[in-house]
Amino acid sequence: MAIDKARDDSGRGRGTQLTLNPISCHAHGICAELLPEVITLDEWGYPIITSSRVPAELIKDARRAAAACPSLALKLVKSR
Amino acid sequence: MTTSFTSAPYLGPNPPNGPHRLLAGWVQHRRGSDWTEHTARYGPLPLPRRLRRGGNQQLIQLVERSGLRGRGGAGFPTARKLAEVAAGRKPSLVIANGCEGDPASNKDRVLLRIAPHLVLDGIEAAAHAVGAPQAVLCLHQNDPLAQHLRAAIQQRPHTPLLPEVVEVPPHYVASADSSLVNLLTHGTARPGPRRPRPSERGVRGRPTLVDNVETLAHLALIARYGDAWFRGRGTHDAPGTTLVTINGAVQSPGVYEIDLGTPLSEMLRLAGGTAQPLRAVLLGGLAGHWLALPDMRALPLTDQACRQVGASLGIAALIALPIGACGLAASARILHYLASESAGQCGPCMFGLPAIADDLSAIATGQANHSHAQRLWRRLQVISGRGACAHPDGAVNLAASALRVFADDLDAHLAGQPCPGAAYPFPLPIPPDRPSLRPDRSLLTKEMSHGNRQSA
Repeated sequence: MAIDKARDDSGRGRGTQLTLNPISCHAHGICAELLPEVITLDEWGYPIITSSRVPAELIKDARRAAAACPSLALKLVKSR
Repeated sequence: MTTSFTSAPYLGPNPPNGPHRLLAGWVQHRRGSDWTEHTARYGPLPLPRRLRRGGNQQLIQLVERSGLRGRGGAGFPTARKLAEVAAGRKPSLVIANGCEGDPASNKDRVLLRIAPHLVLDGIEAAAHAVGAPQAVLCLHQNDPLAQHLRAAIQQRPHTPLLPEVVEVPPHYVASADSSLVNLLTHGTARPGPRRPRPSERGVRGRPTLVDNVETLAHLALIARYGDAWFRGRGTHDAPGTTLVTINGAVQSPGVYEIDLGTPLSEMLRLAGGTAQPLRAVLLGGLAGHWLALPDMRALPLTDQACRQVGASLGIAALIALPIGACGLAASARILHYLASESAGQCGPCMFGLPAIADDLSAIATGQANHSHAQRLWRRLQVISGRGACAHPDGAVNLAASALRVFADDLDAHLAGQPCPGAAYPFPLPIPPDRPSLRPDRSLLTKEMSHGNRQSA
């Protein structure tokens, strides 16, 4: 009885992806402010990455969001 | 024709042919076996004299042909894990996991108590298979088993592969494989991310084999009697026997050894049957899946069959719920326990699990309505997959299966009419409240364990 996840994994494996380290994340919430198209906050203030593939036009903003994270929990990775 | 990994017929006693392989000594003598009885029953472990750094490919291939899968809950193919560790370049390490953090499961404790030498043989065989110069056996702190295993180790002929017994804080998540790796590396038994796997990079970056003690016991027998013998019981996709803990409304709760593929009804019969009709069974430990009865009575105990009905085998433990009991109330209690056992590292788990536990409690006591139920469903979707380890997912799966299997009860509860059973909590194997892991995370540190030196 798999629960449908809130995230969309359809873009996995191509292009640039946002990854979150849930242990480092302390719910500062800056990422969701800088990249609202891709990151929303759950009711407890923790980020939900709604699409793991970042569209090309948002990569600059995604980079800014990752750099702004005080815990360095958010990372932008190019997939192989 | 059985091919042992030494390519010679086994010269010890005949293999156990009945349904009891791990529990053969217990069934005969009604007590545990010491070293003398163990070697008389099973014969010597046919290992080469010297450990080779690259491991033993013959043994790994034998395990692969046998189809052995892990008995710790994940069901990972054992040979694949052995091969990964053997392929590593740094000196590897074997960790035997005897912690059994899920309170619904008792089989590892029983195995360690009555057949410690099977487990110790398995550790030795696994170390040979991967070429590990060092082994560790993890048990819960303050458990009399630690003393028992140390004494069993003393009975054995000395080899460098005798494991060190390491005691682990008795928390639910502390017995995950990444937790044990973290304990031995950093001193704190907190779970970590799934990648890299311990078999690639584990304790201090070394390839680490983490196997459940029952898996290792089966390995000890496969090394002796071969793959064809192992496959003589169970099914093609789920070969061998497994230990299962049967709890709840059965006449003779306890640990039983069964062939994989045994139907649920047969397991209940083995456990003495039931005094009253059953409503459902919780399979896979506390963070498992509910299975409705009588619908699921013919379900064979294999992971494949369980997945076909939306469940998974997990750790082989059953809790039988009678008709008079309230499955929603029982699930709420379990969720509160799972919430209290969060390591407190990840927000969705740390905050989400108490929230859904409260939701289910409100539903169980008839204080919730349909919009609360919808919010609970949304929360389940939001929490799933967003923790570093599998703990929140297990809790979410339990809650989801409760809402589905007890859907009729749910409607009544949401209409403000909880079933009578909700007022009478069904006894569950949940330990009494003890200090939570949060906010004082020092409860997870190794400093609390007694008399253990730092491992390498």
